[in-house]
Amino acid sequence: MSGKFVVGFDDSAPARRALDFAVERVRAQGGTIVLAHVLEWSPYSFLSPEELEERHKRRREEMERAKKAITDSVVAELEKAGLSVETEIRYGKTPEILSRIAKEKDAVQIVIGREGQSSFGARVFGSVAGALVQTAPVPCTIVP
Amino acid sequence: MKNFSMPAALAAVGTVFCGTAAIAQDEDTSLDDRVNDIFSDSTGWFVNLVFSEFPGTDFPWIVGWLVVGAVVFSIYFGFLQFRVIGHSLALVRGQYSDPNDAGEVSHFQALATALSGTVGLGNIAGVAVAIGIGGPGAIFWMIFAGLLGMATKFTECTLGVKYRNEYADGRVSGGPMYYLAKGFEERGLPGGKILAVLFSIFCILGAFGGGNMFQANQAHQQISGVVGDFPGWITGLVLAGFVFAVTIGGIKSIARVTEKIVPFMGILYVGTALIIIAMNYELIGWAFGQIFAGAFTGLGVAGGFVGALIQGFQRAAFSNEAGVGSAAIAHSAVKTNEPITEGYVALLEPFVDTVVVCTMTALVIIITQQLITDPDTGLYVLNEAGDAVRTIDDNTGVGLTSAAFGSNISWFPYILVIAVVLFAFSTMITWSYYGLKAWTFLFGEGETKEIIFKVIFCVFVVIGAAAQLGPVIDFSDAAIFSMAVVNIIGLYFLMPIVKRELTSYASRLKSGEIKKFQ
Repeated sequence: MSGKFVVGFDDSAPARRALDFAVERVRAQGGTIVLAHVLEWSPYSFLSPEELEERHKRRREEMERAKKAITDSVVAELEKAGLSVETEIRYGKTPEILSRIAKEKDAVQIVIGREGQSSFGARVFGSVAGALVQTAPVPCTIVP
Repeated sequence: MKNFSMPAALAAVGTVFCGTAAIAQDEDTSLDDRVNDIFSDSTGWFVNLVFSEFPGTDFPWIVGWLVVGAVVFSIYFGFLQFRVIGHSLALVRGQYSDPNDAGEVSHFQALATALSGTVGLGNIAGVAVAIGIGGPGAIFWMIFAGLLGMATKFTECTLGVKYRNEYADGRVSGGPMYYLAKGFEERGLPGGKILAVLFSIFCILGAFGGGNMFQANQAHQQISGVVGDFPGWITGLVLAGFVFAVTIGGIKSIARVTEKIVPFMGILYVGTALIIIAMNYELIGWAFGQIFAGAFTGLGVAGGFVGALIQGFQRAAFSNEAGVGSAAIAHSAVKTNEPITEGYVALLEPFVDTVVVCTMTALVIIITQQLITDPDTGLYVLNEAGDAVRTIDDNTGVGLTSAAFGSNISWFPYILVIAVVLFAFSTMITWSYYGLKAWTFLFGEGETKEIIFKVIFCVFVVIGAAAQLGPVIDFSDAAIFSMAVVNIIGLYFLMPIVKRELTSYASRLKSGEIKKFQ
């Protein structure tokens, strides 16, 4: 079975583990890695008038920075290894955006890493992994 | 530093402050007098012109100008403010926003920022003044004028987005100076540039005055009302320090904290008002009875029902700034391809500001029976001067609002002080931006030019808090309303453009070409 594997990716160690897991699957069965980086964003946050004016500019800068600092090197590395890679950098809430990308790309699976500790914070505020498994349109793998 | 004695240090600082305070107060008085003299001599004619009354009445023509404008726009757009609220709310909730535009300015954000510039002292102090003079009937006319003002806001904010500037570096900004200049040119009309320049001049003056000195002054009065009298320049310096840190120092965190606390304060204020109203639920019917009866008979207030009407209209116009053009500056940065959508969203602003927040203040004052009535006739009793309704403890302005809230919830006046100071601060930050945009329209962009404006702005914070500059405040109010004169003239000429946008959008919405995303 080949298909697209959406990997929730940032520059953390758990994200790297998730990517390694997805790479193994793609090597074994073929398919494409979709590197998805989410910039946390709420349309209901409050901005000063100056921030409103500069928002469009900042957004462009933030996306460029994310591409340069986070995804570009990994894409080069995977392509060098002969794998097929796509990149998505988007604003929003991580679980929601990963689900949307999976739906749009007709992906077969979403892969994310997790921090490991089942912390008090995760219990109170919920975790990305928890929210994702509840809403994802395709099977999810949470890599410990 | 661990052994540093705080009390001793404070005492030392206190002594120094008290010493300089005494001197400063002396200087303040003479400075006040001098500034007042210069100002009233050179600007008195301007203030008198703007606030002059229709012959034989107490009705300032500028209030009439704003209300006539609101009526014209309401009729011209077929009272759309009553037909499109559902769609406005859907837009605010992002139901028509492309998910791929996440990270850009949302409708909600533009609205919230614009609201933080208008919700403020007017809603707390101004309403109390209006009720004190015009009685409960003033509220009826205030709501009436607020509802009409929604059409004005719709018109100006649609134009703000349509004629905004999108710069190469990605910044987006607009406002009346741009739609006056570009819109008139597009329609082949002369004079757009002149109106734009006039608007910018008045906007800068209004930013220094109503958007700055008045706010600093009232914030100081509130603080000294709680902690006791102390020199205003201390409040001024502290406030100016914060404004300096945000506008020049670029310390966004202060602005961000304020932007977060202000909406919370607004909700707390309205929430508390609702609780007090609920605690006195048996009086709600009576309160509305007073409002309706007062609207058409005056219930004995000075000037009768005309007095109530004038106060109500004036309060609505002063509070929601519909027609002044200021909000169009904040609204213009929104991410949308349809300028009309921001008009739909902006019309919620007078509703929230006037119909909701101002009305809450009014209801609390009425329901807690701060106004004294004659038990025999049911009419309101006038004070000794005969120009306002007598209140318990003779409170007026913010003091009246504070007493009304405090009569049911004793600690609320303290929260109110914090709210007033924060509202004042956020209004200053928003107006410093409005003023800056007008400044750069006149003098061009450039770091030095912008810093000059921001420094002058901070200086005015200190002056505003330190002194009772009656004529200066009058002048700055006059400047804000002069913005409305220029702006509304422009709106009359440009409203056909808005109509075209509206017709096109409405038909595409109906045909399903414009779709909901979620």
